[in-house]
Formats: sequence, C-alpha cells, structure tokens
Amino acid sequence: MTTAIIDTSTANIASVRYALERLDAPHFLAKTPQEASAADRLILPGVGAAGAAMDALKSNGWAQALRTETRPLLGVCLGMQLLFEWSDESDCALLGLIPGRVTRLDPKRDGPWPHMGWNTLTQFATDEPLLKGLREGERVYFVHGFYVEPGGNTVAQTQYGMPITAMARNGTVAGCQFHPERSGAVGARILKNFVEPQA
Amino acid sequence: MLARRIIPCLDVRDGRVVKGVRFKNHEDVGDIVGLATRYSAEGADELVFYDISASPEARTVEPEWVGRVARAIDIPFCVAGGIRSLDDARARLFAGADKISVNTPALENPDLVDALAREFGSQCVVVGIDSRVVEGDWYCHKNTGDPTKMSTEARRTLDWVREVIERGAGEIVLNCMDQDGVREGYDVDQLSAVRALCSVPLIASGGAGAREHFRDVFQHADVDGGLAASVFHKQVLEIGELKRWLADQGVEMRT
Repeated sequence: MTTAIIDTSTANIASVRYALERLDAPHFLAKTPQEASAADRLILPGVGAAGAAMDALKSNGWAQALRTETRPLLGVCLGMQLLFEWSDESDCALLGLIPGRVTRLDPKRDGPWPHMGWNTLTQFATDEPLLKGLREGERVYFVHGFYVEPGGNTVAQTQYGMPITAMARNGTVAGCQFHPERSGAVGARILKNFVEPQA
Repeated sequence: MLARRIIPCLDVRDGRVVKGVRFKNHEDVGDIVGLATRYSAEGADELVFYDISASPEARTVEPEWVGRVARAIDIPFCVAGGIRSLDDARARLFAGADKISVNTPALENPDLVDALAREFGSQCVVVGIDSRVVEGDWYCHKNTGDPTKMSTEARRTLDWVREVIERGAGEIVLNCMDQDGVREGYDVDQLSAVRALCSVPLIASGGAGAREHFRDVFQHADVDGGLAASVFHKQVLEIGELKRWLADQGVEMRT
C-alpha cells in the first residue's frame, strides 16, 4: 500500500509526510496526477485560502483528475473543504466531490474566531472505517475559520458555536476538518485506518 | 467543547534548550528533540520554540532543528525568534512548523504581520508581545532575549494588541515580563485587560509556578492557553497530572 501526498506546495505537507513516516507507511509526493499513478490512495493536504489552493489544483491537472478518481482520497483541513462544492471564503467553486458548502464559522459564545485547539469528536457514523478504534469524546486539533454545516455526508462532528462537520465521506472520498497529523494518538489512528484499511 | 491548552515553551540558544530568570542568566536544560518528545508524551497540547538569541544577533532560527522536531512529535508547534521576512517564515512552515511567531520584527516593521497573514493565512501567524508596566501603563519591549539590547517601545501594549489583530494576527502570546521565570503566578490583571479587546486566541505567558496559577488564569482571565517553561523544565509540575487536576477543577482539558 502506497500513499501519494498531493503536492500543491501547501505548508502542512511536511507534517503529513512525517506522520506517515511515524506509521512506517510508504508514501511519496506527487505534483501531478501522472506522478501519482503508482499510488493506491491519495491524501490532499492544505492550509490557507481556498481560492489559491483551487488555482494550484487546476494548474497541475489535479482538479480535473480528482473528479474521476476512484482510489481512496483523504482531504485534510483545507484539503477537506476543497472536496465540497462551493467556498464562501474565496467565492469560488470547489472540487464538488461531496455535496455541501463552506461558510464562515460563527463561534458565538464558545470562544474566539478562528476555531483553534483541541475539540471533541462526536456523533460518529457507525460504519465509518476511519473511526475504527476511536471513542466519541476523544479530541483532535482544529485550526479553521470556515466550516461545513453537518449534512448527509457528515460522519463525525464537533461543536464550536454551532455543530461542525469534523469528518465527511462520500464513497471513496473522505475528509478531516482537523489535522490528524497533529492530533496525537487519535490522529495517528485515523491515518493508520486510512493507510492500512482492514479487510 | 474546545479545551484550554497547556503549552510548554522551549527557549532555544545555540541549538540547546535554556531557561533564564527574568530573561537573564540562562542555564542549559536539555536537548530540543528530547524535551519536545517528553512534553508531547506527557500530554502537552502544543509547543513553542523561541530562539532567544535570534533577534539581538540579527540572525534567524535554523530550520534544521525545526524539521527534526516536526518528525518527532505529533502535536502542533510554533517557532519564534528573528523571523523578519516571508522567506524566513516560509522556511519554518515548510520544514513542518504549524505556526510562526513574530515579536521584535513586528514592532520594527508592523507591515510584516499583514504580509505574513496574506501569504500563509492568519491561522499560522502568532504575535508575541513582551510587556510590563512602565510608569503606570503596560508597554511593549523589544529584543528581550539579550539584556544589553533590550529596550522599551513607545507603544502601549493594549494599542499594539488591537493593531496586530487588525493587521491579521491569528493568535496573541502575551508575556508579562515582571512575572517571567519567578513562578509567582500569571499577571491576571494585565491578561484580563488584553482579553477584553482580543478577538483571537490569547495565550498567557510568564509566572506559572503552581497548578493554581493555571486554574486562576483560565478562570479569571479567560485565556485560551497557558504557556510555561521553568515549571515544566524543573519538573515542578508534570503536565499530565496538571491537566487532570485542572479538569477536576472544572477547566476544559484534553486529558
């Protein structure tokens, strides 16, 4: 099993690589879809603004390739948001692989904006393979100011002013709003579930 | 609910972790990766590495150890010290740091904060502020890593907090210098005053010496995180025990 990390020159690529290294999971960086041809699965990392990230995905062919991708795909943080249809942050169309819209988060009385820190994972979908071995209430590390309202594709939530999609899935496409690569043992388990799926 | 964060700070000089009292008389407390791994295993929520020799000597932190830390730990960390340009910041972020923190260079060139936020997003731009009372009001200080170069700024701390948030800072670390290294408690008055006008996450720094100090700063100054160094380096408090005790006291914690 080999994982290609989609390389859009975003800042959290090193963290994702090191997390896979710690799991002894074979992986490599792929700037283009052609470079990823040997991979069994794909990770789409990302931090920063949606517009710039979509431009990067379009310029190297990824935007088009991901729309017909059949291998398991995991989006992380901004990479997860890019899987949805539309971003209010940059007023731009996203990849459209999961139904839903990315809108600005309103923390209300729960704390400052952006949502930054360790929050709980709740309301697990019972059959979600990435959550195997985890319990509701365990914490992962979030850093984001925009969010996706929970919907039919939400498989785990968190709460910060409002319910937030923490994880989503549509077929082979999945995403984590938090950073599994920076979420201690809980995040490592999620990544392990992705790179070493049980039969 | 979002947990309050416990954040060990590792002051780095010449590739080693050091700790001084009131910013002076630094003593060696250990190896960077060794301490980072230990704190991470004990339950630290985040780490801050501050190269205290960076600003005064006009050089920047070495990305080499940033990569070693990023490989070793699986919690977020921030790198501070002498980051004066987008290139300095980019090198650290791409080496695996989750955030970068600017202090003296932001005071000297406030536009740096805007540029960093535009380029990398506010979520990874932290502004560190060294502050203490001068003639009845709180003022920022520069070059606090070197006693011979340290100076008071004309800027009032509260004005500077407002300004950097407008410029795009995503988090503020307020280091209350009168409390630094003496372990007599955080400056709850000053932190409360900053909290009242700080719309982004606020991290308290300077003065932690006992578990009650953390409880008080969370409950009375409503800060998002408590940063401390010597109390952890000298093993006065063990992070896991501290967090369990704080959770028992009603503070939201990742335990």
